[in-house]
Amino acid sequence: MNSILRVENVTMQFGGVVAVDNLNLEVNEGEIVALIGPNGAGKTTAFNVITGVYQPTNGRVSFLGDTIVENHPQGKLKKLYKGEHTGDYTQVLAPTPDKITKLGMARTFQNIRLWKDQTVFDNVLIAMHCRTHTNFLAASFRLNHVEEQAQRERVAQLLDTVDLYDVKDEPAASLPYGKQRRLEIARALATQPKLLLLDEPAAGMNPQETQELTAFISRVRGDFKLTVFLIEHHMDLVMDISDRIYVLDFGKLIAQGTPEEIQNNNRVIDAYLGVAEDA
Amino acid sequence: MIQKKSKKGAVTALIACLVLLAAVILLENISLFLPAGSVPNVLKPTSQLFAVLKKGAVYSLAAVSMNLLNGFTGLFSLGQAGFMLLGAYTYAILSVPVADRAAVYYLYGGSAVNFSFQDMFGSLFGAEGLGGAVSLGLGVAISMVLAGCVAAAFAYLIGLPVLRLKSDYLAIATLGFAEIIKAVFQWQALGPVTNGANMIKSFPTFSSFNITRADGTVLLRLSTFFPFLVSTICIAIICLLINSTYGRAFKAIREDETAAEAMGINLAKHKMLSFCTSAFFAGVSGAMFAMFVTNAQAKVYTTTMTYEILLIVVIGGIGSVSGSVMATFLYVACSEWWLRFLDNETFLGGIQVPFLRAGFRMVVFSVVIMIVVLFFRRGLMGSRELPDLLKKRSRKEAAGS
Amino acid sequence: MEFAISVLISGISVGGQYALIAIGYTMVYGILRLINFAHGDVFMVAGLLGIYLSASLPLYLALPLVLLLTVALGFLIERAAYKPLRAAPRMSVMISAIGVSYLIQNTATYITGGQPMTYPTIPFLSDTVKIAGTSTKWVTILTPVLVLILVLALTQLIHHTKVGMAMRAVSKDFETAQLMGIRINTVISVTFIIGSALAAVGSMLYFTNFQAITPTAGALPGLRAFVAAVVGGIGSIPGAVVGAFIIGICENIIKSTQFTVFSDAGTFALLILILVLKPTGLFGEKVTDKV
Repeated sequence: MNSILRVENVTMQFGGVVAVDNLNLEVNEGEIVALIGPNGAGKTTAFNVITGVYQPTNGRVSFLGDTIVENHPQGKLKKLYKGEHTGDYTQVLAPTPDKITKLGMARTFQNIRLWKDQTVFDNVLIAMHCRTHTNFLAASFRLNHVEEQAQRERVAQLLDTVDLYDVKDEPAASLPYGKQRRLEIARALATQPKLLLLDEPAAGMNPQETQELTAFISRVRGDFKLTVFLIEHHMDLVMDISDRIYVLDFGKLIAQGTPEEIQNNNRVIDAYLGVAEDA
Repeated sequence: MIQKKSKKGAVTALIACLVLLAAVILLENISLFLPAGSVPNVLKPTSQLFAVLKKGAVYSLAAVSMNLLNGFTGLFSLGQAGFMLLGAYTYAILSVPVADRAAVYYLYGGSAVNFSFQDMFGSLFGAEGLGGAVSLGLGVAISMVLAGCVAAAFAYLIGLPVLRLKSDYLAIATLGFAEIIKAVFQWQALGPVTNGANMIKSFPTFSSFNITRADGTVLLRLSTFFPFLVSTICIAIICLLINSTYGRAFKAIREDETAAEAMGINLAKHKMLSFCTSAFFAGVSGAMFAMFVTNAQAKVYTTTMTYEILLIVVIGGIGSVSGSVMATFLYVACSEWWLRFLDNETFLGGIQVPFLRAGFRMVVFSVVIMIVVLFFRRGLMGSRELPDLLKKRSRKEAAGS
Repeated sequence: MEFAISVLISGISVGGQYALIAIGYTMVYGILRLINFAHGDVFMVAGLLGIYLSASLPLYLALPLVLLLTVALGFLIERAAYKPLRAAPRMSVMISAIGVSYLIQNTATYITGGQPMTYPTIPFLSDTVKIAGTSTKWVTILTPVLVLILVLALTQLIHHTKVGMAMRAVSKDFETAQLMGIRINTVISVTFIIGSALAAVGSMLYFTNFQAITPTAGALPGLRAFVAAVVGGIGSIPGAVVGAFIIGICENIIKSTQFTVFSDAGTFALLILILVLKPTGLFGEKVTDKV
């Protein structure tokens, strides 16, 4: 199996707080991998480092075999930084999130971030903007109408696959919560990703909605030949669809393995339930 | 299906623009066809109506270009007057006929730029008759495009450092740049180019476009038509841009920068595009403003001017092109024309009407503005456009019948 | 040397006057996130009031009355033009501020007829004094002292009184403060009252130096004070004061050279430079967008 995403020794510090501590993980092509952990474990921070929102303090992220993010502690940070592997990385590579998206990685957000006043249709259409080949002037004078038409048809198709075609002209903000989540996934798909990062896709959903979402993710993965990397708290969902699971606690990786292995891992149980004082 | 609808819309819009332009020509020239005694005052060429229409056309382009940036891209910039100044000066410097330069720049012993596009084309096509008209048109057109380009180029240079700033900080930084530009253009050392703090004049203005006989009598007035033509073309281009894939990306940036960036929209590039485009059209409107006031002088392009345009944008509705245009004409008509009577001391039946004296017009006008701002928060149009309103009405009617 | 000292002294003095205006900007911004464009005009009105009141009243009555009326104006502006827009988008409130500024300027033009008016000479303040070989007015010396006293008093107020604590809470988090039972409107009114009072004091000092008042006389000092507030990091009172002194001194240094025409441009260039290096000003808090 080919590795699609590799995170090496990534540490992310905010001032004195180490949000992610020496994280190593790997996602292979075609897999569904979950990143779980209690609140504040650093999961979203890890996502933000991978997608270029934050520049890590130390470490490297490679995507499809190429290094996309790399940093090493220097200057003022050096005093603060107490992690390992300080000398391993020498490059400073910090592309903006849009560049990483263009490489084929798309994400959703924990607190849904749709363009609220735009219609459902436009939300998806705008996400295709990064794949247009037209320039500014050509687009203004409608010399790109063939491409535009093709895009509109693809949006229609995509909305059809995610069952949102009937609400395509509604403003995104007016959709019910579950549909907004699905729209966010559709929007991410419109950027033609190879790897899809989902940040708590089932947050706030009831068991039935969660089940539907689980089926939806599996289906989408098949349809679009995706690799999926997700953060989730709903264990049903995680155990149901994940091939492998990474567990994060206080910024550190405490376990990894198949769903069965994780379910029986004592450290994971401790992290979630707390360690009994007298144990 | 979607394609067809937008084509139909485009054709309707085109027809509407042509009708508007034809109406302007008709309105402007109606006094030529009516017998001299029967022309109502308001239609006479000296009427305040035409001043309002001209200024409205100029300002509506300025307002729409500001709306592109503030309303559609969500970048709060207050540099509009600065970009208009750049446009006005570029136009003026490139358009003063060579023969008049010595007189305009007499303080500096002539101009450092001894060339004008109109003269250049004049020597090609002849300076009289049809050749003269062609060289005037071409000269003005090229100077105006260059006016926009100079403004856009400056915007690019300014944008490099300041576009990374957020909301209010961006606003104050752009405002600062406008002030700096204003000071630079008044600098004595640049006198041979900018004429220092003095005005540049004697360049072609709106009335240069009136077609006259050899003896000076007017055959066809085009002095109001010209700014309408330019503004209509420019605003149409801005509309096309707003509805293109780049325009949609701008709106995405306005609504959620983080999401836009995560969906592959390069923030720096798109903000810069919007900033430069806005500056380009502000530059063109600045050139027209110079034509309207028949001179270019740096001290006119104050922050107050920017605030005025911002007020228009907000009154019209942030994110609505048609709102900006309508608000411009209402604003200009109110401040320059409809409230004029308030400035005159008036006697009704021998009693002087209280309060009416010079300056009262602006007091009433600012009260009106405050009322609009406080009670019509979303402006005339909100973020809707004129066609949306018509569509809604026709849908309602269809539902009712 | 003497020349340098006199430039420096007048820079510090003008800077102090800007500081008094800048505090009004920075406090309002800290609480409402609003650039109160009308603040410079309130400052101008205070100047006009000084002229009109001193024409008919003795100074010891006129000046306190100026203070009182300016405070009333600031309070009134907030209640009439900003309070109704509490729930509206930030842009609307700012436009309202521009509208108020417009209204004040136009009303002032109407009342004064647009002619420059001359500020009365306040005895003692406008007497000359010799310091380090250069002669200057007392106001020049007094301004920085007065500013320091007022700022210290203000800091005491903000850190050691109940209303000060409420102000800090509101500026940290508007909604939560409201939920905690802080009476937002009172806090905001107090902010405007303090800001206007300081602007009134500033106007007495400033117009003793620059005696001509036109309806737009508040616009430029207002803008410079606002720039000072931004340079210092808007929302921070010490920042505003430091920023104002920097701006005042820079302005006077440029004015003393042959580049007088660039005195404001230089101010703005400094502002842009600082913003580019430190996007939230010298003492501004860094805001991070949570993703």
